[in-house]
Amino acid sequence: MRASTDQIWEWLDAVPDPEIPVISVVDLGIVRDVQWAGETLKVTVTPTYSGCPATSVISMDIETALRDHGVDDLRIETSISPAWTTDWLSPKGRIKLEEFGIAPPQPAGGPERCPRCGSTAVEKVSQFGSTPCKAHWRCTDCLEPFDYFKCI
Amino acid sequence: MSVSVSNDALLQFLLRMGDNTLILGHRVSEWCGHAPVLEEDIALANTALDLIGQTQMWLGLAGEIEGGKSADDLAFLRDTWDFRNVLLVEVPNGDFGRTLMRQFLFDAWHSIMLGRLIKSSDEGVAAIAAKASKEVAYHLERSGDTVVGLGDGTEESHARMQEALDYLWPYVGEMFASDDVDAEMVKAGIAPNPADLRAEYDALVGRVMTEATLTIPDSRFAHKGGRDGRMHTEHLGHLLTQMQWLQRAYPGATW
Repeated sequence: MRASTDQIWEWLDAVPDPEIPVISVVDLGIVRDVQWAGETLKVTVTPTYSGCPATSVISMDIETALRDHGVDDLRIETSISPAWTTDWLSPKGRIKLEEFGIAPPQPAGGPERCPRCGSTAVEKVSQFGSTPCKAHWRCTDCLEPFDYFKCI
Repeated sequence: MSVSVSNDALLQFLLRMGDNTLILGHRVSEWCGHAPVLEEDIALANTALDLIGQTQMWLGLAGEIEGGKSADDLAFLRDTWDFRNVLLVEVPNGDFGRTLMRQFLFDAWHSIMLGRLIKSSDEGVAAIAAKASKEVAYHLERSGDTVVGLGDGTEESHARMQEALDYLWPYVGEMFASDDVDAEMVKAGIAPNPADLRAEYDALVGRVMTEATLTIPDSRFAHKGGRDGRMHTEHLGHLLTQMQWLQRAYPGATW
């Protein structure tokens, strides 16, 4: 029996992002579509950054998770248009990011506050951080460095 | 209505885009583990990663036209004369200042070019451009800031950046050269005439160089031969021996 697409979305929401495991691949907004084509389940994913090495791992994790739930006939398609944007991060994902110590993206182009102490006295160290999707910032009150999920 | 375009012209155009990002991506990756400070090392590696990712999209599309070749086939199994990158991206890195100067001179062109390609009549080209332009906006911001920081820095850093600009400037003109391939792309609405991007480029680069207290050489002489494959510098062959070594020694190797 085919699982409903709502059920599939729920399963995918339990697949963690390999680089930032506190959020799911659904929170990250990279699962764009889930559809049945006859007996084949088609999952459409989009990369965050075009060279992000996590992309192939993510496709593999999605495939493994769905097979564990008994979906054997599946196809993962990569789509680059429309291009991924940080606007697709779920509200739940944004909260989890901050709890994890990564400041969520802001339209202003910089973190709203330090994810550790909440101070707004923050400064940019580098526009490039530990992964392509993050920038490196520092709090000038608690003096801790932190990652900022940069807007794209 | 779309004007039909010859597959060969479209292929040449895609190779030019993809080979630029491939060869520059490889050059920038040579800094991995060698940059002056950790933050710069990470920034260079991330920039290289973006460029290689963009290469996969451009050469992926080129490979489809070439009849089922993969981006990897095109990257690893062509020889120097098949490459269509501009000479600017294949010249050796030099010091950190020259690497960032080259990055800025390329990023400025790249961001303007991608901005136009977003409106391409070819859906595949437009999609790649939309994706890549977001990444390149960050590259340009960083390379521009660094050129200003080092140009308007110490006596030593200023002198090195001026030297870098003097050395690289003759390689800038090739990015704005036009030929029959470009004419076909313009006619089909796929890509702009590179020559038409020059005014915007000069304004952008001029602004940054003024802020960096650097002087743009008063010459439009341009080394050419990369984007049409007529004559690459000797450096490209040396680069390929490094980049292609594994696939040449162990054909079909994967991991």
